[in-house]
Amino acid sequence: MTKDRPSPGRSASSLALMLALVTTSSACGGAASGGADAGSGPPVSGGTLSFAVATDAGCLDPQQVGSSDTLYALRQTVDSLTDQDPATGRIVPWLARSWEVGDDARSFTFHLRPGATFSDGTPVDAAAVKKNFDAIPDLGGLAILAQGYLDGYRGTRVVDELTAEVVFDRPNAQFLQATSTPGLGLVSPADVAKSPEERCADGVHGSGPFTVSGYRQNQSLTLERRAGYSWGSAAWKKKGAAYLDGVKFTVVAESGVRAGSLGSGQVDAIGGVRRQDEGVLRRGNARVVRRANPGVVFNLGFNNGRPLTRDARVRQAAQAAVDRAEIAAAVFPTGTRAATSVLSRTTPGYTDLSAGLAHDPARAASLLTEAGWTEGGDGIRRKDGRKLSLTVVSFSNAGAYGSALELVQQQLKDVGIELVIKQLQVTQFPETIKTGDYDALWGGDLTRADPDALRTLYSTHQVNSYRLPGGELDTLLDRQAATTDTAERDELVARAQRLIVRQAYVVPIVDQEALIGVSRHVHGLTPGASGGIRLHDTWKR
Amino acid sequence: MRRYLLWRLAQAAGVLWAAYTLAFLLLDLLPGDPVAAMAGAGLNSTQVTPERLAELRAEYGFDRPLPVRYAASLGDALRGDFGTSVATGRPVADTLADALPPTLQLTAVALPLAVLGGGALALAATFTRHRKLRNLLLSLPSVGISLPAFWVGLMLIQVLSFRVPLFPAFGNDTAAGLVLPAVTLAVPAAVLVAQVLSRSLLEVLDEPYVGTARAKGAGRARVWFRHALRNASLPALTVVGVLAGQLTANAVVVENVFSRNGLGRITTDAVTVQDIPVVQGVVVFGALVFVLINLLVDLAYPLLDRRIVTSVRRSPA
Repeated sequence: MTKDRPSPGRSASSLALMLALVTTSSACGGAASGGADAGSGPPVSGGTLSFAVATDAGCLDPQQVGSSDTLYALRQTVDSLTDQDPATGRIVPWLARSWEVGDDARSFTFHLRPGATFSDGTPVDAAAVKKNFDAIPDLGGLAILAQGYLDGYRGTRVVDELTAEVVFDRPNAQFLQATSTPGLGLVSPADVAKSPEERCADGVHGSGPFTVSGYRQNQSLTLERRAGYSWGSAAWKKKGAAYLDGVKFTVVAESGVRAGSLGSGQVDAIGGVRRQDEGVLRRGNARVVRRANPGVVFNLGFNNGRPLTRDARVRQAAQAAVDRAEIAAAVFPTGTRAATSVLSRTTPGYTDLSAGLAHDPARAASLLTEAGWTEGGDGIRRKDGRKLSLTVVSFSNAGAYGSALELVQQQLKDVGIELVIKQLQVTQFPETIKTGDYDALWGGDLTRADPDALRTLYSTHQVNSYRLPGGELDTLLDRQAATTDTAERDELVARAQRLIVRQAYVVPIVDQEALIGVSRHVHGLTPGASGGIRLHDTWKR
Repeated sequence: MRRYLLWRLAQAAGVLWAAYTLAFLLLDLLPGDPVAAMAGAGLNSTQVTPERLAELRAEYGFDRPLPVRYAASLGDALRGDFGTSVATGRPVADTLADALPPTLQLTAVALPLAVLGGGALALAATFTRHRKLRNLLLSLPSVGISLPAFWVGLMLIQVLSFRVPLFPAFGNDTAAGLVLPAVTLAVPAAVLVAQVLSRSLLEVLDEPYVGTARAKGAGRARVWFRHALRNASLPALTVVGVLAGQLTANAVVVENVFSRNGLGRITTDAVTVQDIPVVQGVVVFGALVFVLINLLVDLAYPLLDRRIVTSVRRSPA
């Protein structure tokens, strides 16, 4: 997620823009060859990769960290039971060589590979798995993500030294994919025994290809290759230990300074690339590694319980009035694509619904007329003397995409819908959701490489921020959560997506992307399935 | 003198308590709380049910009534325990202890730069006989004061790091990395010193005693340095007290532009996520520094001007 700071963030983004403009005018004389990953030759081992990120979460425990900036580093220090192939979305072996899922998706049995150890020397065995999962529900507020994955956790049974059976109270099909995320990455039993605060401050011992060798809060985090590592994920190319000797993550808060530092060779890679940095990177012989975030796309989500938005025709009219291509091109980084479903195209189970998401102002107008909304003098439609005016809440961490909302505002005004934008701090989120005092929410994306993201957001058994009516959608979402057969589950997920898009419960806008700028000397730095990065196969010349 | 010191220390304690209490109340008035910030930070990765939120509030003690929380935290603070950061789980004292040295380092370099630079500018502007040069020099501070610190910082990075790779653009690892941030921080402070000092120099130079000194045949340099500067630096000294506050405030910007760790950085981060214990710690620490510096400045007055007597009656402010 983009962690945007409310007040300094605003000045920060404007000054980043200014810096970008300055750089544009001054850097024209620089080398102009494109930064392709070609002509790289055979991989070489050694060297330290220097990586600049925007923020530091201040915590060294991957089970408690949600910020992608910090997970770029911590992901490399822990292994997971499984891995997810970014290309196919399939779950592949990692610490677990194989697994079985019970028919009711309530029990998951993992068969661990022998020989793997945590960096403190303790073996990765079934007892360690049990200790890790048993501790997560009590890990406190920072571990919200991991706790969500273990919702309904009953316990773990140590079947034998290398076999662990995880059991839930209710069907939990998403758990298999969850075991591939850093939030459920395994740490040494010695660390599990510590308090959440100690784990944050002292760090933990994972079994990953790198170990943390230095940390200074808000400044840097250094990783060192673990010698003798030989239990890598099946999705990695290189067997054995990683290529790089080490990685140094430095916190560089300003996006313009990050881009300039990459352009001038002070760092090898940067996270959080913004639209205004693209030019600097191109001229600085860097390339951009990108992947659409899996999960629910950036959207305008309706409060379906409010008087005006309860009418499907109003919601459908808004859906037809939005010109996604224009928004993607105007505000988001170059190459960002319009959403083609409520799930992004990189999510397992995604289905292409672009036909139902076409920009069609004429259809919007006729839907509104049919619903009794007639054109008023000021361009806003009216019914029984009431204006078609909707209040949309935008939270501070929607950051730079506030301007995209202004574009949506104009597009809806063209068909006679007024959008009143209410900007709130992210800390006001829970209270706002509780009161339900909004016609729509801006953003509402959820990064998760599993279609269960739909259930998290749109099931009436969950928080139900969108005040959905339940019924058929609930049934579909509950059934996919209990279905272990992939084809069958995908079909249920496709039906859920079609229902959401047809009813226009939320209006999908764009497939958001995480952009990483990489020097042309760096090879094999690839995005992970859930949006992070994988550094085991990375090498530099 | 002793009574004066005791009186000033009592004042200082009052200021600290007021700062602590005000910060506590203001943070409490903000919508949301640290638990909401945690849930909000997970906005695009998960959803937190109201029940879980209530549990977390109870876990961190945010569900207790305001007076109870205030009394408990004030009691801890009096014992020197500022609690644990909600966002990172680290003790606030450790976080401050980590952030203090780099900020001290930065201001320790920036303050002399500002005083020397601003002083030199004021002296040059009043000393020169060249009318145009004098006007130019006298107008520099007003130009300087309108340059925002972040702009100066980004320009310096652009020119002296990206185009001509002389200094690193970020970090506080090396001495070279200190140059650009210190200069950036010194500029607005130097401008303030220059403004105040040149104005008071011009006033003092009009005083009869300066005329007397001249009449007795003192050279220009002697008049400026021996006679005028000493008296003219009194208002500038007061400004140095203010500068400490200004430098700290600008450190927020400079530390963010140059990605340095420091008090400014942790303040921004803590305010963003309503990390109340850290903000409280920073506020109390900031108030402490401010009180100490002003005390030192007040104690320094009599060294420059014997007519100023530090007594309770004559300088209660």
